[in-house]
Amino acid sequence: MRYAETGYNLEIDLTRGNIEKVETDPRDTELYLGGLGTNAKIIWDRVPPETDAFAPENVLIFSAGLLCGTPATSANRTIVTSISPQTKLFQYSMMGGFWAPELKLAGYDKVIMRGKAPNLVYIWINNDKVEIRDASHLQGKGAVETQELIKAELNEPKAQVAAIGLAGENRVFFASIEQARASCSRGGLGAVMGSKNVKAIAVRGTKDLYIAKPAELIGLINEVLEYTKWRNEHPIPNYMPILASLGSPQEMKHDDEKWHTENFSWGNSRTRRRGFWNQDIAEDWKKTMETMQGRLISCFNCPNKCGATLTPPGQPTYMMKCFTKLTYTMAAFSDLAFGLSIAQRATEYGIDGYSGPQVMAFGFELLEAGILSDADFAGMPEDNDGKFYWLLDRIVRREGIGDILADGTYWAAERIGKGAQAFAHNNIRKHEQLPLKLGTMDPIYYLLYCCNEKATVTQIEGNFPQAPFRTQEEKDAFVSDWFQCPSERIKEVVQKWSFKGEFAGPYYPTPEMCSEIVDWQERMHYVDDCVGICAGMSAFPLKPPYHLFNYPKIISAASGIEMDTDELVKITKRVRNLVRANNIIRGLRRVDEVPPEDHWNKRFPELEKELLDTYYKYKGWNNDGVPTKEFLHELNLDYVAEDFEKRGIYSETPSYELAAQKEKEV
Amino acid sequence: MGKKIVKIIKIDANKCNGCRACEVICAAFHATPKYSSVNPARSRIQMMRDPMRDIFVPVYAGELAKAECMGRNVYIMDGRQYDECSFCRSACPSRDLFKEPDSKLPLKCDMCEDDPPQEEPLCVKWCLEDALTYEEREEEVEDDVKSDEMEMGIKALVDKYGLDNVVDTMARMSEKG
Repeated sequence: MRYAETGYNLEIDLTRGNIEKVETDPRDTELYLGGLGTNAKIIWDRVPPETDAFAPENVLIFSAGLLCGTPATSANRTIVTSISPQTKLFQYSMMGGFWAPELKLAGYDKVIMRGKAPNLVYIWINNDKVEIRDASHLQGKGAVETQELIKAELNEPKAQVAAIGLAGENRVFFASIEQARASCSRGGLGAVMGSKNVKAIAVRGTKDLYIAKPAELIGLINEVLEYTKWRNEHPIPNYMPILASLGSPQEMKHDDEKWHTENFSWGNSRTRRRGFWNQDIAEDWKKTMETMQGRLISCFNCPNKCGATLTPPGQPTYMMKCFTKLTYTMAAFSDLAFGLSIAQRATEYGIDGYSGPQVMAFGFELLEAGILSDADFAGMPEDNDGKFYWLLDRIVRREGIGDILADGTYWAAERIGKGAQAFAHNNIRKHEQLPLKLGTMDPIYYLLYCCNEKATVTQIEGNFPQAPFRTQEEKDAFVSDWFQCPSERIKEVVQKWSFKGEFAGPYYPTPEMCSEIVDWQERMHYVDDCVGICAGMSAFPLKPPYHLFNYPKIISAASGIEMDTDELVKITKRVRNLVRANNIIRGLRRVDEVPPEDHWNKRFPELEKELLDTYYKYKGWNNDGVPTKEFLHELNLDYVAEDFEKRGIYSETPSYELAAQKEKEV
Repeated sequence: MGKKIVKIIKIDANKCNGCRACEVICAAFHATPKYSSVNPARSRIQMMRDPMRDIFVPVYAGELAKAECMGRNVYIMDGRQYDECSFCRSACPSRDLFKEPDSKLPLKCDMCEDDPPQEEPLCVKWCLEDALTYEEREEEVEDDVKSDEMEMGIKALVDKYGLDNVVDTMARMSEKG
């Protein structure tokens, strides 16, 4: 008998139309938990580094986390994993919603797809009955529209459907996968799904999922709920309201956008508009939100209302959360009404709300700079808002200039040439970042940006405050009930950390302290991504209900696997290094671990080098960022070390030396 | 005149966030052993949920209806059209709701009857949105058993068929329910 997990994966060979239900090895759950952990193992075992993202041999995994479907609050994440067409690296993109628990209740932990269907299909999983169905009538339909159409044609209103839009079908490098109010956006996995000719996966499950230690688990989850309630009634004082509560940043709830509009950059991540926010704008945007918003909504078994239903006048309803609220508005130098309206169309097309707007703004910058010409934009309307709608339509259809921009800013710049590369300035590992340009280098964020397997800062930051508190009273008060913090040293940092003086950035916290802080923040995300708990209840907010001390008990009560904090830490190290190993064999090295060059105005090259040196050592990696053989042995990952040796990775010249030689030659 | 406690779950559909935590805890509580499995399809509270039409109605299972209604009703409120039978609490032949997924036996909310008793039904406890709240009210009930009248009737049957036969028949009828 298996607990918390079903013990079965669905293996689908799309080329041959073969579907198999395969029992999994319980030992893998002990080693890698589930979700991201076991996904990383499957990609390691089955997808060699030379496989192209769009090749039929590439594997696309939809996985539930280990705790999805159990009573654990906010255990609802689907972890989609494959190779990204944009970064060419291992990519995991996740969504909340309702899909993962439904899969578990249908009797499966993962859907693993390989090959390519001969024509557009969707997959229908109804407990033991699994079908590959024709989807030719859904071609070109919106990602939200498709979910409704499939539920109607199956006559299953309770089915959960994850679908791609036109962008995924046309392999736009930043295409998303949409489900209910959630979205797998980063890294273009919607395009991988499109390359396999899979329009959607619908699932309905009415089976039992078993719990190993029932009374214990319910006791622990009742504590989580009690604390959640308390925590939402007690937001962190002296902290940004959108980040002071639980959940993802509460963008649908709060109307005051002074902080975002004046601190984040507009256009192609270029312009900071200090003094932008005023009374008139505040009232106008508040009215827009009130007119369009239906209600605040949640994902499966979660009390946080991070999302909202939105209905722009004359357009269909869609759902949104977090910062996509402003990305279109700010990329286009427009207003909130425009942003929420174009986001409806973009959500139906299925594109990433971070990359999409930036790619469009990048295109218009190239036009202004004369690198692209009016001929490239022939037929474009005159008005600013209209231009963005026009370009969005070209991109998702891959028409004309849209075909080039559909590859994202990095690859588009490579194709365009003529100095366009300088305009693709806001990337890490070829992947568009939040439009954030700041003053002095922040050592913690330096490491978070550089050493982040997913190249998305919100998927690695969280449990440590983003900035120092102002007064000693505030600092002491913050640490006084910080039981989630695993180390007294980290508490001391918060108590000393200041905006000015001896304990101010960038030299404080020291590289050693930064390493410990970053390692802890990242660890929380790795636990979440394995068990399928939303980071909004764990890794992302300050003082969350799930932490390193109750997590082992909860995992153990649900799954029956014996566990304590040390064991959980070891598992996260194993998973983290296996994810990295997947990227190391794809060529990732130290030279790739850099923030966007203009992310900070004031840089400190020597300190930055020391930060990376220290952090790599702390992580058990050599100076080029490759996990050492000894460390991999400690983590039971000898097979990775052997593979590295076979590929000659340990004996190659470090990437930074090669880069230095190249610079000399120039 | 006697007294009875009427237990009420008050549903504020406008507060519902559609998360289905109510279904999760109901299914877990009613598993045997308690909390040993989860399957929202077995839950005695079900969400009628369609975010695209802003429909969020938690409904908890009432009495079994052996036959479906002669007609159906559709409610339109604040411009939202609810599906047929959206607010109905019956397990009924016209739909799959409130039936055990394997046996198709009907389910009925028991207000989380437990020993020792729960403070309130667990769906209410787990709804942090306060879309579900619990109330109790005492009601006076008439003693509706007219014993004199019944005795007269049964005596006539005993005279006609004999006591044993009447007792057997009563026993058989009470088994069928």
